[in-house]
Amino acid sequence: MTAASILSRSRTALQTPAFAGTLVAAVLVAVVALGGHVMAKQIVSGLLLGSIYMTVAVAFTLTIGVLNFLNFTIPTLFMLTGMVAWGLLSGGYVKFAGGFSWLAALAAGVAVAVVASLIVERFTFRYLKMKHGDATEHAIPLVSSLGFLLIFEHLVLITLGSEAQRFAVPFKADVHVAGLILGVPQLASCALAVAVVAFLSFVLKSTRTGRALRTIAENPDTATLLGVEVDKVVPIVFILTGLLAGVAGALFTINYGDVSPFMGNNVGSKAIAAMVLGGVGSIWGAIAGGLLIGVIETLSIYLFGGDSVQMVVWGLLLAIIIVRPRGLFGTAAIGRGKM
Amino acid sequence: MSGYFSGILAILCINLIFAYGIFIPAAAGQINLGGAGFQAIGAYGAGWLSSVALMPVWLAIPAATVIAGLIGFLISFPVLRTRGVYMVLATFAFGEVVAGFLLRTDFFGGAIGLVVPAHIELPVLVCSALGVTVLAFYLIATRVGLVMRAINDDEAATVLMGVNVRAVQVLAFTIGGAFAGFSGALYAHNFSFVEAQYFNSFLSIYVLLFVLIGGVQTAWGPLVGTLFFTLLPEFMRVGGSWRYVVFGAAIVLMMMLRPQGIVTRSMIDRLSLRRWAPRRSAAGAGHGR
Repeated sequence: MTAASILSRSRTALQTPAFAGTLVAAVLVAVVALGGHVMAKQIVSGLLLGSIYMTVAVAFTLTIGVLNFLNFTIPTLFMLTGMVAWGLLSGGYVKFAGGFSWLAALAAGVAVAVVASLIVERFTFRYLKMKHGDATEHAIPLVSSLGFLLIFEHLVLITLGSEAQRFAVPFKADVHVAGLILGVPQLASCALAVAVVAFLSFVLKSTRTGRALRTIAENPDTATLLGVEVDKVVPIVFILTGLLAGVAGALFTINYGDVSPFMGNNVGSKAIAAMVLGGVGSIWGAIAGGLLIGVIETLSIYLFGGDSVQMVVWGLLLAIIIVRPRGLFGTAAIGRGKM
Repeated sequence: MSGYFSGILAILCINLIFAYGIFIPAAAGQINLGGAGFQAIGAYGAGWLSSVALMPVWLAIPAATVIAGLIGFLISFPVLRTRGVYMVLATFAFGEVVAGFLLRTDFFGGAIGLVVPAHIELPVLVCSALGVTVLAFYLIATRVGLVMRAINDDEAATVLMGVNVRAVQVLAFTIGGAFAGFSGALYAHNFSFVEAQYFNSFLSIYVLLFVLIGGVQTAWGPLVGTLFFTLLPEFMRVGGSWRYVVFGAAIVLMMMLRPQGIVTRSMIDRLSLRRWAPRRSAAGAGHGR
């Protein structure tokens, strides 16, 4: 075995989920070992927050990985879910479900996010065939998505108002584990986030659709030659994006009980940070990055105060982009301009 | 002149200079989504120099412009290692770091903001905007401008022609940073107050939209884009939040129907009556109309 092959093998080993998980776990254990019980509490709340960042980050990384498209509507889809659910519930439109009307409202919110995401697909990819060959060409779908960001956000402002609203979730229960108090909704949402991401990685890895998606990610022209119907597969990316962003929005609403037309902005930028930290285009990178950003955020609030979060997170991000643009788990191929 | 009209004109001038700061790198194929960061550097730099260091305004504004240009120069080396979506992310992160830093640093007033007592009048703004516009047109007309266009069209071919692509890209990024900083310095002295919250990511997004919708092929693009998007909302003031919906829909339609921007090179050729000049179709064949 040559040195080069050992090196390349170790490099592939670095990209496995096992390594990602080990790294995150190691950081957390180290912090807990140094900080004790207080730190453990911060870390748990950081991980719960991180599971939401993780879900949104996976949505970002999926559209960039497959379509090389930084989709700025994702934070808006996240917000749409929460606001639509609140609108339905406060308007009294979901009465049939009895005590679970909040759940029905959130499900409707996720459905709206998926539909909105499909509308975005129509206008950023389906009808967008014109190319002009410049270096700024990759920005066309990005600019379109910025347009949709404005449309959705202001439609919500018009119909549902600009106030932050209370979204009451009736069930409350706590679990005590080793002196830490964990809310059942938080745990359930964490589990749901993990389930959604696991489902996604199963789809990408083992289904025909997933194989088609990965082929497009490799090279859209070759994919067409090999019989992949690009026009039929691309909407699936957007359905998954809407689903991930919507579920994350629903979980955020359950966990924190607040919705506002601007709830997506902060989560969206943290999720972008998480994606870059983990490596653009890598699902496992987005997972590790999301959890790490959640922990970094709660720790920097705890250690340096609330104003420091933006600087700590983005400073770290800028450093990573400069020193190691691939992030922790990314491959160098992403971001070269494909579609 | 009514206060309302002069207010719009002031914002228009500042936005125009800012847009040229984003346009110069964009003309060389670099998307800068951290424009607000450079504008904030200019605004806080000039504001601090004139209000705390008691520097005369005519010196504080150029000094802040130079500082912003210098930071643009320094940041261009790491940023130019990235490309495509990564460059968008890197510049976006830069803008967020600057805003976060200013929000947190008590030296510059922190979250309270910075009061700038010195004031500059509207004629100075108009002259500055005209000056920057002329400068941008001149720059695009020079050999450097030609190289920038070549890099935007095909970087690999430009390298093969023996052009020092890196040097031109660094230059474009530096000039862009200086222009954006200049617009910030003027902003601080016209509005007499700066706060970090103003320089958020939406500001960077809007100014990038001005430039990309206007078109990056010619120096007319930012002028048309800024005029269009600064004045259009004013005329639509009755619409309230709806005007943003219309604005968003206009952007989406624009990207579908005319992604190269409102003004293109071939359009200028057709309008400028230079029928006898040799057609550029050979060079511009791949670029639509």
